[in-house]
Amino acid sequence: MAKHRGRGVASVNYPIGMNLGGDPSQALVHATPTGKFVVALSSIDLGQGMKSVTRQLAAETLGVPIEDVFVDTADSDTGPHCMGSFASRGTHRAGNAVIAAAKEAKEVLLEVAAEELEVDPKDLELDGRGKVQVKGAPSRAISVREVAQRAHFKRGRSISGRGMFLVPPSDVDPETGEMNPVTTYAHACMVAEVEVDDETGEVTVLSLKAAYEIGRALNVKLVEQQLVGGAWMGISHALYETAEPYYPDRAHGPTDFNEYLMPGPGDMCPVEIEILERPALDGPYGAKGIGEMCATPPIPAIANAIFDAVGVRMTEMPFTPEKILRALDAKRGR
Amino acid sequence: MRAVRLELNGVEVAAVAEGGETLLTLLRERLGDTSPKAGCLQGTCGACTVLLDGEPVLACLTLAELADGRRVTTVRGLADGPRLHPLQEAFMDGFAAQCGFCTPGMLVAAKALLDRDPNPTREQVIEAISGNVCRCTGYTPIVDAILEAARRMAGRRG
Repeated sequence: MAKHRGRGVASVNYPIGMNLGGDPSQALVHATPTGKFVVALSSIDLGQGMKSVTRQLAAETLGVPIEDVFVDTADSDTGPHCMGSFASRGTHRAGNAVIAAAKEAKEVLLEVAAEELEVDPKDLELDGRGKVQVKGAPSRAISVREVAQRAHFKRGRSISGRGMFLVPPSDVDPETGEMNPVTTYAHACMVAEVEVDDETGEVTVLSLKAAYEIGRALNVKLVEQQLVGGAWMGISHALYETAEPYYPDRAHGPTDFNEYLMPGPGDMCPVEIEILERPALDGPYGAKGIGEMCATPPIPAIANAIFDAVGVRMTEMPFTPEKILRALDAKRGR
Repeated sequence: MRAVRLELNGVEVAAVAEGGETLLTLLRERLGDTSPKAGCLQGTCGACTVLLDGEPVLACLTLAELADGRRVTTVRGLADGPRLHPLQEAFMDGFAAQCGFCTPGMLVAAKALLDRDPNPTREQVIEAISGNVCRCTGYTPIVDAILEAARRMAGRRG
């Protein structure tokens, strides 16, 4: 009886969003009379950072300080349509819609500014600090706040924009049944190190090391945060979570969230992550999405590491001590 | 029904509680402090953690009348006016919250630890928050933030 160490590798190619019905998301951007911008979305922020990232995208596209942009995701009944926060699609789909809406709003902003400054809108640029200025002659300028006030109270214009993102339809090839389900994939490779106790069947994850290729990381801290949290979820899928009964029968099954096992703070191993950035052609400033894929590679990597450690193939999640002991018995011919 | 008088985050308050009412209901529905979260309501998630005379308790399992004449600290009591508690600063700097639902309980449990032991080991931090469930962060950023707050507080004490 001993503890055995093993190492396992897994790779993942993960589709961003889906192609059913074009997977649409829409966004609206408008300026308030004080020159602040509001992004209206129905895409939900459940902690993954949807509001932070769309705020960044709108500020970048408009050319205004990020402090001057507010994201309103208050109500999916009245907001612009979004398919939802799932399928790792939020940043990519809603992000593209926000960029399109911000571009249209910026055009109006520059038109009004051009009328006020009596120049051609094509000669204008934003300085990123709240001013519209003539290219090459920054002293000829007007503040965004003033442009917004003129638009509201003098020109009768709405500085606003509409943004839509729809995946181009992919027809099914009648001969082969082939179609293109998604437009972009993210990629990752993970190495898991485990220790398996062949007496108790317990698996301890010692470390997870991974490289994620996710297009451009729009917000590196949020990306890291999601990848570390996702690694924990992956360990949970691999070793703990199940609604099936414990040994020996259903009466001993979990009845609440306390008994539905997930790893606690003491079960977490060091997670080392490298982020590789290869911008996606159709992504918002090159971004893909990392939502779901962050929880997937630990599962096969841990299964492979268990095989490396004790020579048994685990094919059914979670890899509980009972299943591992049964597999070890079968291997020994008991 | 009975009147419960307590010191909530340094302020004397009073409310009438039903028989069998929990401290969590008293705080959230009668005293208007919704910072302790109602998660599982059976003492397993830790989101409702508050300090009772400085000791961490699960407000969802504590009878309201037990708080009579005692000091209750919720996460709202951590900040000193506009100045955040070092734990709150470290949680923000270290991205130790995602959806944020567990955060009030985590901060209160961490405060109880640092009040008792200003220089805890990583294992002691893990032990201190082991009654608090988080489903987003993987715990690592939370543990790191608590250790960082302890370092910063030690630095301020010189």
